[in-house]
Amino acid sequence: MSERDTDPARRSFVTMPADDGTGVGLKLADEEVSVEVDNLSLYYGESQALKAISLVIPQKRVTAFIGPSGCGKSTLLRCFNRMNDLIDGVHITGRILLEGININDRDLDVAQLRRRVGMVFQRPNPFPKSVYENVAYGLRLGDNIPRTEMDDRVEWALKSAALWEEVKDRLKETALGLSGGQQQRLVIARAIAVQPHVLLLDEPASALDPISTLKIEELIHQLKADYTIVIVTHNMQQAARVSDYTAFLYLGELVEFDATDTVFTNPAQKRTEDYITGRYG
Amino acid sequence: MNSAGQARRGWMASGEPWIWLNAAAVGVSISAVLGLLMLIGAQGLAHFWPAAVQEVNVAGRDAPLLGEWVDHETVPLHQFLEANPGVQGEGLGEFVERRLLKTGNRREAPPDFRWINAHDIVTQASPIDALVIERTEWGNVYGQLQWVRFDGETTTNEAFTVLKRGLERATTLRDEIAAIESGIIKTINSELERLRLERRRAALRGGASGASSSGLDAREAELTVRYAAAESRLRDRQQALRRDVFSVRLADGTTTEINFGDALRAWQPNTMGIGAKLAHYGQSLWIFLSDPPREANTEGGIFPAIFGTVMMVLLMSVLVTPFGVIAAVYLREYARQGAFVRLIRIAVNNLAGVPSIVYGVFGLGFFVYFVGGAIDELLFPEALPAPTFGTPGLLWASLTLALLTVPVVIVSTEEGLARIPRAIREGSLALGATKAETLFRVMLPMASPSILTGVILAIARAAGEVAPLMLVGVVKLAPTLPLDGDFPFLHLDRKFMHLGFHIYDVGFQSPNVEAARPLVYATALLLVLIIIVLNLTAIMLRNRLEARYKSLEG
Repeated sequence: MSERDTDPARRSFVTMPADDGTGVGLKLADEEVSVEVDNLSLYYGESQALKAISLVIPQKRVTAFIGPSGCGKSTLLRCFNRMNDLIDGVHITGRILLEGININDRDLDVAQLRRRVGMVFQRPNPFPKSVYENVAYGLRLGDNIPRTEMDDRVEWALKSAALWEEVKDRLKETALGLSGGQQQRLVIARAIAVQPHVLLLDEPASALDPISTLKIEELIHQLKADYTIVIVTHNMQQAARVSDYTAFLYLGELVEFDATDTVFTNPAQKRTEDYITGRYG
Repeated sequence: MNSAGQARRGWMASGEPWIWLNAAAVGVSISAVLGLLMLIGAQGLAHFWPAAVQEVNVAGRDAPLLGEWVDHETVPLHQFLEANPGVQGEGLGEFVERRLLKTGNRREAPPDFRWINAHDIVTQASPIDALVIERTEWGNVYGQLQWVRFDGETTTNEAFTVLKRGLERATTLRDEIAAIESGIIKTINSELERLRLERRRAALRGGASGASSSGLDAREAELTVRYAAAESRLRDRQQALRRDVFSVRLADGTTTEINFGDALRAWQPNTMGIGAKLAHYGQSLWIFLSDPPREANTEGGIFPAIFGTVMMVLLMSVLVTPFGVIAAVYLREYARQGAFVRLIRIAVNNLAGVPSIVYGVFGLGFFVYFVGGAIDELLFPEALPAPTFGTPGLLWASLTLALLTVPVVIVSTEEGLARIPRAIREGSLALGATKAETLFRVMLPMASPSILTGVILAIARAAGEVAPLMLVGVVKLAPTLPLDGDFPFLHLDRKFMHLGFHIYDVGFQSPNVEAARPLVYATALLLVLIIIVLNLTAIMLRNRLEARYKSLEG
């Protein structure tokens, strides 16, 4: 682990000078690359779900994948931490470079990859353990961390996920007693506790009420200071609100990928415009 | 169609008949279970009550009979006349009542149980001084106390008080004898046996060196001296135990002398108040629960059988749980799902349907002879030809029952694993946990209530099995418990007693049917109670786990 990983206090003060928080005026060419997808195709048995996708995920920015149901946006997201490995009959060609390393490599330690690429799912999925143990789960997998340091890191993760104030008195109580929105933020805390470089969010707010959704969106806004975030969303307003860059996928193809501002106000492709304006979807 | 018909159809369509039918089925099941428990409970527990002793004058007998009523039945007259060809049936009515009198005195005036026709009873009284003596052999004596010779002094007045004192002394001496036998003598014996084996081992290794051999000799000589001392102490106690005698006049007028060494307890039920009877009842029950059996299992207690049953079930649970869980995890999580795994699953489910005696035969052939024989040759060659593990014993019985019950654990564990949402598994994997870490940290804890459900079912099945156990380790009378103070404390190679087999043995193999009958019920009740206790323990554990994975985490 690098120094960056082990010093949470230091990390939370890191800010990105180029980001004014609005995302206006960003250019893909100026960004540092976090993940590079190169000619990626994915097959479920015979049928092709992703068709020769190439794109670049910029570092410490929020990148949104939008598109109609079944367009492959979740499948693409799950390529970044090899969650598709769990499905029988999936076959992948092409490369995904995470900080220069091809993660589709057969010999890659998938567990190590997933510690660097955290993921949050559509429905909150806390373990039936206490709030504390949920956050500590990923930490306990690695080296033996002394108890006081564990406490510090759990607190830090919960604060980063804007949940600390709500749960600090009930750390030992079961996580299943939290509300849906709190559970989702707990799951985010759990993911960032191991200090990943990339955070994948698979429709993180689609199962939540509007107020909880708002909190998640605010959280995403804070987190992008430290993490490269990739979010899949059905909700185009949400994509417009939270993301810096947007990729529009349609039937397994990457139709358009640019700064969110550009995609929503001045799309290059007719299909993108049709989708955004609600002509299909 | 008339309106009544419509109403009936409406009632049928409302589904109410089905509710009534379900309720009736549940009701019948519950009453069947309660009836069963009440039957074995009443029959078994009544046995220990100190019933009144009756003096009965029977027509056609010179001497009265002394004993307690234990049973009665009503026989149709024609059947009665067929069984008693010489008897005239006039004036007897349509049914004849027969009563069973336990007269005891099996050595002095057999038989000890007599059927008496109710109409033959001339007089019946309960003499105040009727005495019941429980003996170590030959069952109870019923009679009147004549005199007691205690410490060389013969008493006729207040003889019962002296008798009580004598019995107390005898009990103390008997306890001392038992302590010497099961304590020091048993320890010396097992050490001598160990020395013999050590010598044999040395001989097998080829020529004992002089030093070690002389060391063994010295230890043996020392043990022999200690043994002789213990034996002389034992002989002292035994002589002291047989010092005193008392005399009892039986109902037929003869007298018999009984040595205190042969008498266990004495009571005069016709003078006892309810409190004294309750105390006596509690004592009898406690003896039944805590003592080893006597007299071909028809007297004494059943403690070794209780102990053996519980030990066997616990050991079985300890063996079956990891075995079943590992198999289920492999089938559900690691094996590639396909025709082959489906086939295995069908085979596992069918294993649960194989008759248990088949497992017994398998256990005998595979575990006892093959595995046990191999262990003996490898690890205990010095004891051969006497087998150590190559003979039925606790370990093989537990293993055989573990095999018998493993399908239940596999099936319920698989169900538990299948019920865990995919999202939980993915959540763990996405945090960088490997499949094994996910299993141990999330899946198995979450599946633990289901695993325990499987263990509960396994216990319920294993505790009630008898047939396979007869082949792989259960015996009618085991001289030692499988757990004691001698190294290595838990003796997996020992044979043991079991309540289920005890019921079978007392019920079918007993030389004295009438004496054995109440014990069959009492033992059956106890077996049911033990299964209930074992199950309740497991259920409580499961409920705790369930609560833990639903609400609280410690």
